[in-house]
Amino acid sequence: MYRQKYLFLLPGLLVLVAIILFPLLFTIRVSFSSWDVYNPGLDWIGGENYGRLWEDARYWQALGRLTLLSVTTVLIQYVLGFALALMVWRDLAARRLFRVLFLIPMMTTPVVMSVLWRTIFHESLGPLNPILESLGIGAAPWLSSAGWAFAAVVIVEVWQWTPFMFLLLLAGLLSLPNEPYLAAKIDGAGPVRTFFSVTFPMLGAISVGAILIRLIEASKIMETVYVLTSGGPGTSTETSSYYIYIRGMRDFQIGYSAALSLTYLIIMIVALTVIAKLLVRALVKDAA
Amino acid sequence: MKTLYLALKYLAIALWSAFVVFPFLWALTTSFKSANGVTGGATWIPWVQYEPSLQGWQSLFGGVGGINVVKPFYNSLVVTLSASVISITLGTLAAYALSRFTFRFLWMRNSDITFFFISQRIMPPIVLAIPFFLMLRSLGLLDSLPGLILVYVALLMPIAVWVMVDFFNGVPRGLDEMAWMDGCNPITTFWRVILPNALPGLVVAGMFCIIFGWNDFFFAFTLTFTETQLLPVAIVSLNSSVTPWWSLSAAALVSIAPLVVLAFVVERFLSKGGLAGAVR
Repeated sequence: MYRQKYLFLLPGLLVLVAIILFPLLFTIRVSFSSWDVYNPGLDWIGGENYGRLWEDARYWQALGRLTLLSVTTVLIQYVLGFALALMVWRDLAARRLFRVLFLIPMMTTPVVMSVLWRTIFHESLGPLNPILESLGIGAAPWLSSAGWAFAAVVIVEVWQWTPFMFLLLLAGLLSLPNEPYLAAKIDGAGPVRTFFSVTFPMLGAISVGAILIRLIEASKIMETVYVLTSGGPGTSTETSSYYIYIRGMRDFQIGYSAALSLTYLIIMIVALTVIAKLLVRALVKDAA
Repeated sequence: MKTLYLALKYLAIALWSAFVVFPFLWALTTSFKSANGVTGGATWIPWVQYEPSLQGWQSLFGGVGGINVVKPFYNSLVVTLSASVISITLGTLAAYALSRFTFRFLWMRNSDITFFFISQRIMPPIVLAIPFFLMLRSLGLLDSLPGLILVYVALLMPIAVWVMVDFFNGVPRGLDEMAWMDGCNPITTFWRVILPNALPGLVVAGMFCIIFGWNDFFFAFTLTFTETQLLPVAIVSLNSSVTPWWSLSAAALVSIAPLVVLAFVVERFLSKGGLAGAVR
């Protein structure tokens, strides 16, 4: 029809293709080479890197840990974000002030906050342990023991990104029509019933969207880990991105890290597609 | 029952508010400490528990033992704003095309092309970091502002397209048709009729671009050395075993402050219902 339509689409499309596709093709090619510090260049070693990856326990452990971390943090964020959105939805004095306050963490630079959190978690000089002691809970070895370091990462992620869930769900709540609530009231449904048979189903689509966006972002987690724990103690908080970073940017094993990142990318795409399908089936009513 | 519910609700709100505010208050009080104030253990109240000092804040402008944030702040500003403007311009044009015209490249239809744009957000930065590094090096753009802007455009354009496609789908087609009947071609239609009506969408897209651009760390970290350090990179470079906590806190507050203002803007949109369309 109109020739001009290409003038609209192509500039953006071509720029994105140029910036993304070349690096991706390059990575695919490099993953079949032995490019490293001693031997920089594109030779051809077939699938050797992929064979090595298959045996690399540290890689698979990092992937398992990433899965656990993403699912845990996103679930906590969803539940808390939903609860907070419901609380400041209506019937609350100064609700607009609390809305602003609850949004603020997602505006802050994650890596800068992580630097601050690191001082908060500091075992002898940080403020967290004294508070826990005064509450009678007792001090914790936050960044020096495996379990606590993992908990620290979860806390930071929850602080940072619960506001994102809160934002999307509150936007959803505010756009809901009034009639179903009137109907529920006439039927004599209590607040709990109203929530489960009116509010929750109507926010199904937004819930799926919010959870998916957060899962996608969480699957890339590495900055928090880099600043807070550097993957430690040992490798106990190492995520996939961080392990690939160590192999690629620190050890300079370009070829091997390319194979690692492509495998990681493919696993993420497959996993997220499956999760998306399942979530839509479980939470969106009219999709079945 | 009702009172118990209300009490629990206010308790929950108070607890979460405290959790949200906690790191900021800690940073604020720490930024006025000196070495003695920090090594004495965690304290909160100036004059009473520790002797306040301006050392941390002075170090931001070239004082001793911290980082000078002026140049990194400027770099961050330039990169974020330029990349946002470019991404939104290209993204808005593409989004309009995808919303109004039909395309067919090989097997790909409009929805596939839209998905291609948006799906770039799935890409973990680490996958692209090394090729970007080599690519910018061969272009001579490593450790330079144009190089960073180029990379940030790729990072932000998917967001702009995502917001604007949704937005344009909500703008009635009747508007376009009326303009066509008045003799406009697609370009003049877009320029004179659609764009003036797209302001709310542009604001939302701009906000998201600025948040993601300003807050990104990884590409700035891997693609620059010393010349064009961005703010987050400069702050993280302070993060070591002998970190001067006072400069660190002051610098962190400076880097966070500009975007906290955005929380107010977002809330305004939210409470007026302007975001409901954008998140659907």
